[in-house]
Amino acid sequence: MSDMRILIIEDDREALDYLGKAFRESGHVADQAADGLDGYALARDGAYDVLVVDRMLPKLDGLSLIRSLREQKVETPALILSALGQVDDRVKGLRAGGDDYLPKPYSFSELLARVEVLARRGTGSARSEPTSYRVGELELDRLSHRVTRGGQEIILQPREFRLLEYLVRHAGQVVTRTMLLEHVWDYHFDPQTNVIDVHVSRLRAKIDKGFDRPLIHTIRGAGYMVRDTAR
Amino acid sequence: MTLQGSYLPKLFRATAFKLSFYYLVTFAIFAFLALGYVAWNATKVLNDQIVDTIEAEIAGLADQYRTAGIRRLVAIVDRRARQPGASLYLVTNFAGERIAGNVGSLPPGTLNEAGQREVDYGRAEDEARDHRAIVRVFLLPGGFRLLVGRDVEERARIREIIGRAFGVSLLLVGVLGCLGAWFVTKRVLKRVDDMTGTTERIMAGDLSGRVQIAGTGDELDRLAQNLNAMLDRIGELMVGLTEVSNNIAHDLKTPLTRLRNRADEALRVASSPDQLRTALEGVIEESDGLIRIFNALLMIARLEAGHQNTGMADFDVSEVARGIAELYEPLAEEAGIGLDVAVEPGLIITGSRELMGQAVANLIDNAIKYGSKAASSGDAQPVLVRALREGDAVTVTVADRGPGIPAEDRDRVLGRFVRLEAARSRPGFGLGLSLAAAVSRIHGGTLTLSDNGPGLRVTLSFPASAAAAA
Repeated sequence: MSDMRILIIEDDREALDYLGKAFRESGHVADQAADGLDGYALARDGAYDVLVVDRMLPKLDGLSLIRSLREQKVETPALILSALGQVDDRVKGLRAGGDDYLPKPYSFSELLARVEVLARRGTGSARSEPTSYRVGELELDRLSHRVTRGGQEIILQPREFRLLEYLVRHAGQVVTRTMLLEHVWDYHFDPQTNVIDVHVSRLRAKIDKGFDRPLIHTIRGAGYMVRDTAR
Repeated sequence: MTLQGSYLPKLFRATAFKLSFYYLVTFAIFAFLALGYVAWNATKVLNDQIVDTIEAEIAGLADQYRTAGIRRLVAIVDRRARQPGASLYLVTNFAGERIAGNVGSLPPGTLNEAGQREVDYGRAEDEARDHRAIVRVFLLPGGFRLLVGRDVEERARIREIIGRAFGVSLLLVGVLGCLGAWFVTKRVLKRVDDMTGTTERIMAGDLSGRVQIAGTGDELDRLAQNLNAMLDRIGELMVGLTEVSNNIAHDLKTPLTRLRNRADEALRVASSPDQLRTALEGVIEESDGLIRIFNALLMIARLEAGHQNTGMADFDVSEVARGIAELYEPLAEEAGIGLDVAVEPGLIITGSRELMGQAVANLIDNAIKYGSKAASSGDAQPVLVRALREGDAVTVTVADRGPGIPAEDRDRVLGRFVRLEAARSRPGFGLGLSLAAAVSRIHGGTLTLSDNGPGLRVTLSFPASAAAAA
């Protein structure tokens, strides 16, 4: 996924410039705003794929900004950056109309992965999910919970199925370990050890074993990606 | 002498001295009122008695006069007047001349009217009226006057005695009170000075000082005990702070050094873009590790500050325990020990599912880390995960067969960043247990470390939700 239009609203000048540069280097278009009012004006008029909003902003704070946008029927997905990384802050952020929440300090790879997922969700056929996914010769049926690769059925545990489902739904996108813990296990803390890796490697053993081309790829320093390398 | 000079004003300013002084004045006023009342009452009783006696006597004498005439009266009065005592008698003729009696002189006009009054009089033949008496005058037929009275010297004497008693007692109260105030104030001042001295030494940096406890169990002792307990706590915090900073320095130094070395090595050795890329990815990985450490530290700090009050709701501990155990199952199997999970269904408590999940995850993570040590020596024992209801409490227990923690170190390891020396070289941030402890505290629960013989058993205990218990 490339060429997203991203609006970054952040009052820390250095962080703002760094994020803008980093997003542009990742192949996206990034606009910058240094306070809440500027950010609000840009977000309302410009067609952005994703908003990255700091929670504490001068003139108009991040949550109010998003709430105002939603009242104006601007439904651009928004990711909230916050120094207050606590559970209830996350809940408040999402209640205000935010779509994702990332506590500071974060790594850029984590932010990028989340922004790309949000952008994809916001565009395209977005909110209605297909009943089945296909990546290369792998097929996953969400209704019958059946997974086949090259016509051969693969038996997965329920959790393994959800893991694969999340990876496949975001095929071609980097999915971080934190994102997997959030969506597959519904916890938002940082998995300190390699718990997620072990789950992925088990899944990988079932999905990729005996096939020439692996579908589950490890992206170093970031997470995982399901991708068919044949193309 | 400067000491004396500064000591006295201090004595007068002391609360104890002021209090003593106020008490002294109050008591003096009370004593005055009490004695005054006694004196007034005594006088009144005496007066009444005197009046009664006079009434009775005068009635008797009048009777005598009526039945036996003036001669008989004069004879009786004459006889009675000769007896020593405080009784006064006088009979006069129509001209006011004395016929019988022991009263020498009276204010003019006293005999003109019947009735009772208080007068100065002179005794027998004495002209000077230097005594005082209560008298009653009775007019007899034929111009005769009969006077019966009582000297009130006695009453005056009682008044004088009470007055003197009051003076003496006031003096005594004053002197003793002042002495008492001085002693009490000196004693209290000394102890307060002690405390002030100790706190001054502590403020100057010597944390080892403690306030002396007199052992009397009074309010100053209680204050001293609390002060000492507070000092102990401050001492603990100081030690903890030093330990934490040392540990933070150590734990952050290691990954920072590794980070620097990797970058350095990449600069020196890597020649192809691929090699550089790998090196940079390694650098990012190290930085992510650092970010994790900071996140965990921040979180513990916030939990310990007790801000996590919103976002509390009833949730199912059973689901958390099962879910987290399931999350860690593959890791435990990979470590060669596995998990032995037994969870009672429907354990509801009030709090944050998210935090509880993280706490349980930390405990299982630790158990696998330390439990797998034993596994490598061929003695593989699964990590025990239990969630139970015990009375009004819900407990979550995670037990391993690792090296355990010696009893004397158990309190210490709950501190932030503390890892026992033996474990320092192992991966992990040493924050897991302290985070779990902080989480259990904000849920109104406890975290207990005990011996699993061998190994460590960590038990989280929470009050079950009131709604769920009903």
